[in-house]
Amino acid sequence: MDTQLPVDGDQGLAVAITGSGGSGAVTAGLILLAALARAGYYGLLTRSAGPQIRGGESAAMIRFADRPVACMGDRFDIFVALDWNNVSRFVDEIPLDAGSLILADPAGGPVPEPIARSGARVLEVPFQVRARLLPEGRVNMVALGALGAAIGLPLAALEAGVEQTLGGKAKAASLVETSIAGVRLGYGPGGDSDAPLPPRVLDRWNMSGNEAAGLGALRGGLGFVAAYPITPATEILEWLAPRLERLGGALLQAEDELASVNMIIGSSFGGVPSLTATSGPGLSLMMEGLGLAVASETPVVVVDVQRGGPSTGIPTKSEQSDLNIAVYGLHGDAPHLVLAPLDIRDCVFTLHWAMRLAEHLQTVAICLSDQTLGQSRALCDPPTPFTGDLRRATAQAPEPDAGLPYRRYAASPDGVSPMAIPGTPGCMYTADGLEHGPGGTPSAAAVDHITQLAKRADKLTGFDFGPHWGEVFPAEPGTRPATEHCIVTWGSAAGACREAAEQLTRTGHPTRVVALRLIAPLQRQALGAAIAGAASVLVVEQNHGAQLFHYLHAEQALPREARSLARPGPLPLRPGTIVAAVLHPATQEV
Amino acid sequence: MDAATATPTPRAKEYKSGLNPVWCPGCGHFAVLSAITKALAYLQLPKERVAIVSGIGCSSRVPAYLDVYGFHGIHGRALPLASGLKAARPDLTVLVAGGDGDGFSIGGNHFLHACRRNMNLTYIVMDNEVYGMTKGQASPTTQPDWVHSKLTPHGTGVPRFQPAAIALAAGATFIARGFSGDPNGLTQLLVEAIQHPGFAFVQALSPCQTFRPEQKEWKDRVHPCREGTTDNHAEAARLLQLDDGMALGLLYAQHLPVWQPKPGAPTSLGQIEAEFLQ
Repeated sequence: MDTQLPVDGDQGLAVAITGSGGSGAVTAGLILLAALARAGYYGLLTRSAGPQIRGGESAAMIRFADRPVACMGDRFDIFVALDWNNVSRFVDEIPLDAGSLILADPAGGPVPEPIARSGARVLEVPFQVRARLLPEGRVNMVALGALGAAIGLPLAALEAGVEQTLGGKAKAASLVETSIAGVRLGYGPGGDSDAPLPPRVLDRWNMSGNEAAGLGALRGGLGFVAAYPITPATEILEWLAPRLERLGGALLQAEDELASVNMIIGSSFGGVPSLTATSGPGLSLMMEGLGLAVASETPVVVVDVQRGGPSTGIPTKSEQSDLNIAVYGLHGDAPHLVLAPLDIRDCVFTLHWAMRLAEHLQTVAICLSDQTLGQSRALCDPPTPFTGDLRRATAQAPEPDAGLPYRRYAASPDGVSPMAIPGTPGCMYTADGLEHGPGGTPSAAAVDHITQLAKRADKLTGFDFGPHWGEVFPAEPGTRPATEHCIVTWGSAAGACREAAEQLTRTGHPTRVVALRLIAPLQRQALGAAIAGAASVLVVEQNHGAQLFHYLHAEQALPREARSLARPGPLPLRPGTIVAAVLHPATQEV
Repeated sequence: MDAATATPTPRAKEYKSGLNPVWCPGCGHFAVLSAITKALAYLQLPKERVAIVSGIGCSSRVPAYLDVYGFHGIHGRALPLASGLKAARPDLTVLVAGGDGDGFSIGGNHFLHACRRNMNLTYIVMDNEVYGMTKGQASPTTQPDWVHSKLTPHGTGVPRFQPAAIALAAGATFIARGFSGDPNGLTQLLVEAIQHPGFAFVQALSPCQTFRPEQKEWKDRVHPCREGTTDNHAEAARLLQLDDGMALGLLYAQHLPVWQPKPGAPTSLGQIEAEFLQ
C-alpha cells in the first residue's frame, strides 16, 4: 500500500463503501464502525440504499474522529467501490474532490465518468483476484482490509470488528475465519499491521437511533407497544419486541395504524405506559385516535421516524417534513407535546423524557425522529439519563362512606387530575371522547367545554419543562455567548448546524446554535433569551416548506428579519450549505 | 344454569350508573343494557374488575350507563382499544359493545382481526340494520332495497354483510345471536360469552323504533336455532350459509388457543444496555 491518509483527529475522516445489492457494502461498514470503536474513535455511520427489498445499490458512509461526530461533512476522503454497478447514483450523496481517494478494482472497469469528474485519485486494488485466493473469499472483506490500511487502522482492530459484528451469526466460526483471512489479504504488508491496539474504551456505545429510541422508552417505563410495520420505523419495533417481553411488557403487531394507536390508548387506560412507532403515513392515520387520547387525557407516546413525503414519498430517505402535522394535525383544540431528539444519542434522553412527560401530564407526546437518526449508528458516549421524577398521578380507592363520587376530570391547580386505574374499587368512570363534565359524564354544556379545554391546555402551558426544552451550542454556563449569528434548528438538523457554527466561529464569524428538543408547547421565553443579541437569525430545517420557520413566526418567537434555510430530502443538510446561507443572506431569502 | 332467575350479589341494577340513556322510547338497547347487568350480576364480577369499551353510535353510549370502568372511544375502534386494554391487563373482564355500522362498516377490518386474534373478549353488537345516531342511513346489514334514507334513495343495491358467517370465516371461536325481545335468552348468551375463553361474538338483534319501525315484526320472525350449537367449523359454515339471520342461540363454539402476550425470560434494563457497549 503506497497511500495512507492522515486522520485529522478533530475533523476526522469520512469514508464511503459502495456496491450493488448483496455485495456486502453495509456489512463492511458495520465492521469498520466496530473496528473504529475498538481503536478508540467516535463515529457515525449512515446508510443509503435504493428502494429495492433485495438487490439495488447500497452505500455505508462512515465518519470518525477523536471527538463525537455530529454529522456527515461536506466531502468524503475515501470512496471504496466494491463494484461500479449503478454506483454512479450516489454521486450527489457522496461528494468527492481532488483530495479524495477512490479504492476500486481494475477488474470492475474504469471509474464511471460522474465519479471520475471529481478529480479524485484512484488507487487500484485487485479485490476480486485476492478474494479468489480464499475458499468463499468475499470482495467486501478484501476491500475492508485495504481501506483499513489506508486509514492506518491496526489490523487487530479490524479483526476485532469482524468478530464482534459477525460472531453472532449462523455458522459464525467459519464466517469469521474466512472474513478475517479476506481482511488480511486486503490489508497487505504495507499497512500498520503490527500496531498494538490502544486500551479498550470501556464506556463507548455503538447504537442506532431506532435502538436508542427504544431504549429511551424502556428507561421511561414502557410496558406496552402496539404498532404496524413501516419504513423507517420498523427497527424500533424489532428491537423492542424481544426485549420488552423480557422486562414484563408486551408488543402487539396490529392490523393497521388505526388499530395500533387505539390499542395503546386502551393499554394506557389500563395503567401501563404505552408507545407506538410509525412514519408519516401512519401518523396521518393515527390522528383521530390521538385526539381521543387528548380528550380523554390518556397518556400515549408516538415516535414518528420521518421520511420523505407526502404520501408514499421517498420511504427510505430522510426528511423533516412532518412538523406541521405533528403540531397542527389534530382536529379541534387539542394541546399536546411535540418533541424531537437532536442526535442518535439524544434519542435515548428524548424518548425517556417524553414517556415521563406524557405520563405526568396525561397527554399525547409525538416524538419526531427521522430516517437519518433512526437508521444511522453512532459511536458515542453513554447517553445522559433523565433524572426528574415525573409519574402518573393515580386515584386511590376512597375511604368507605366518604360520600363523594370519584371525579376523573375535576379541575386542579396544575390541570392534572388523579387517574383511576381499572381494578381500583370505588373509582369506576367512563373515559370519553365526548366532551364531559368533571365526572366524565358526556356534556355539551358551554361551561364544561370551556373548563375542560382550559384544563387540557393549562396543564401543558403551566408546566415547568426546565432546561431540557433545547440545547444551545456552544454551551456557556451562566452567560449566553455574544455571537454575531444565531442558527435556530430542530431534530436531526442540529448536527450539521453545530458543525457549520464551529466552522463559522473558527473563521471569524462567531455563531451559536439553538436546537429545539421541545417544539410544542413552544418555550417562547427561553427561546427568546437564547436568540437575544444575535445580529442575524437563520432557521435551518430539512423540508421544502420551511415548517419550523413559519411555526416560530406564527408563535411570534422570531425577530422580523430572521431568515430561513429549508432544504428537502433526500440529500442530507451539509455544513457547507449552512455556512453559505449564514454568510450570504441575499441568496437564501424565502 | 339459569342466569335470569339467579340471585346474584351485587344485584343487576347496581351495575347501572343511574344516568338516563339518550335512547328513544322503545329502543331495543334498553333490554341489552339490562341483559349485560344481569349477566355481570350472575357471574358476580366485582364492578372494578370489569371494563366495557365502545365506539360511536346509539349503542356505543352504553359504557356511561354502567357502573364499571368504561371507555367511549371513536367510531369503529372499540375492538382495538379493548384489545390493547386486555393485552396489558389480562386480569380484567373486558366487554366491547357497539352497533352494526360501528362494528361492520368503519370498524370492519378490526372485526376480522379481532376474530382471528382470539383474545379473551366479549363483543356485543346491537344490530338494528340502520345508522340511528345520524338519523337513519343504511348500514352494512341493511337490506339492499331499503329506500327510506335520503342518502340512498334507490336502496344501497349492495348485498348485506353477514356478521355470523364472516365471524366464523375470520376465526371467531364463539358466535351467538340474541334478541332484545328475549332478555332472558340474551342474558344467558352473554353469561356464556363472558365465560368463553377467547373471542366471543354476540349479535344482539335490537330493533330501532324510530328509523326501522317495521322491525316490530322481529318478535314474530325470530326462532331458536333448530340445529343447536356446533363445534364443527365446516358444519357451522354450512348452517350459517343457510341462516335466515333470525336464528337465536349459541350457533358455534370452539376452544382454540387464546392470544395473550407471552412473557420472556426475565432480564434487566442494565443487561439490555450492556449490548451497546463496545
